[in-house]
Amino acid sequence: MGRRLDRLIKRGCKISAMLSKRLVVCLDVRGGKLAKSIKFVDTKDIGDPIAKARQYYEDGVDELVFYDITASRENRDIMIHFVEEVARQIFIPFSVGGGIRSVEDATKLRNAGAEKVNVNTAAVKRKELISEIAHAIGSQSTILSMDIRKVTPTKEMPSGYEIVVNGGVTPTGIDGLWWAKTGEELGAGELVINSIDADGTKDGYEINLTRMIADSVSIPVIASGGAGKPEHLYDVLTEGHADAALVASIVHYGEYTCRDLKEYLHNRGVKIRLNY
Amino acid sequence: MITIIDYNAGNIKSVQRACAEVGVPATVTSNPSAVTGAEKIIFPGVGAAPSAMEYLAKKGLDTALVNAFKAGIPILGICLGAQIILESSEEGNQKCLGLVAGKTVRFRLKDKLLKIPHMGWNEVTVVQPHPLLDGIRPGDEFYFVHSYYPQPADKKNIYAVSGHGVDFCCALGNRNLFAMQFHPEKSGRLGLQILEQFARWDGALTG
Repeated sequence: MGRRLDRLIKRGCKISAMLSKRLVVCLDVRGGKLAKSIKFVDTKDIGDPIAKARQYYEDGVDELVFYDITASRENRDIMIHFVEEVARQIFIPFSVGGGIRSVEDATKLRNAGAEKVNVNTAAVKRKELISEIAHAIGSQSTILSMDIRKVTPTKEMPSGYEIVVNGGVTPTGIDGLWWAKTGEELGAGELVINSIDADGTKDGYEINLTRMIADSVSIPVIASGGAGKPEHLYDVLTEGHADAALVASIVHYGEYTCRDLKEYLHNRGVKIRLNY
Repeated sequence: MITIIDYNAGNIKSVQRACAEVGVPATVTSNPSAVTGAEKIIFPGVGAAPSAMEYLAKKGLDTALVNAFKAGIPILGICLGAQIILESSEEGNQKCLGLVAGKTVRFRLKDKLLKIPHMGWNEVTVVQPHPLLDGIRPGDEFYFVHSYYPQPADKKNIYAVSGHGVDFCCALGNRNLFAMQFHPEKSGRLGLQILEQFARWDGALTG
């Protein structure tokens, strides 16, 4: 059941209980509507995100992520209001991302009821933002999200993965693995590894990328992009060494429920929360 | 009516919202006389023990909490509120409220693959029945975020344990005081159930 437990057993440690792997559902929000993107380009609205979130909450999701895909400054107040409404209805941890550019943005969202905030593009533009937010609301509440694409390894990008920003459209020339380690050093308490190549394909997570980063940092890693079948979650939580698997369309369109996915993982020996 | 103590230690709104969800009205206060006059008290909090104790002392809330405890008012501590009810904390070698004998200690993990803070869902095993833990079954999980944990000196104060490299106490109590290291307000239905049971609890240990 994963590298961590295997190694602990080999070392003869006594374990009575341990952290579960997490199922995370991501809801892309645009003007209060739920949107789903395919390869980050074509987006269409598919419903009321709060009603969906409540449904996933009751169905046993472990954590939710709300992404404001418009991420404009004008939209900030709408998003704060939205987060307050979510916090009145959802009693599990949830995070918010999209357009967070300052400590003030992060603090407002945290105070509105988000357990954690995600930074992405703004942190690439000015990396001190990570340490500033971690100092203000704590590392455990500071998530660094990364959109990453596969490239031919170069001297500048030896890992063969590049960070892309602005919703996955602008290449940066920054090495993906370097950025993950740098994010941890700056105080991020968790990483979301989103593979642009896998996003929306339903062909499975980018296992190599996820494992490479998970093995290089000591903070939890959430794998994102590519979930199409329950096996994909199993693969990334075991072989991919991820602490959590993020899904979107496979639950939004009703192909699987959270319960289906969790029971599948449980039946294959992954420790995951089933009593709720 | 539940009185939630606001002592500048993290977001207490989530606790208030969870109370609202289970139909229990709750007010928020940092006024010591509102604490000693309360019907029931929730003592939440995230953050560091030294700054929390400093703020409590500055407001006179430390004495108010001790007096409320002695007066038999049911008190529920959450997270940091489950740590600073002990005599001291290793976090900054801080003297604490002393409502339960023992101290709060930091995780000392031999295994580098286990992470601090202990963050996420983990099993809670009830080791001694308590009215607030009614209906909690083996395998039930709750949401944790912490680097320190309470270590009561006497086993009679330990009600539930969890594990993260070591077995640790995650629910403790003394008479009309009950406290948990995990977050009932973020632990879904089972967490809300504990809050509901607290709203009905008269502070006695037997039904």
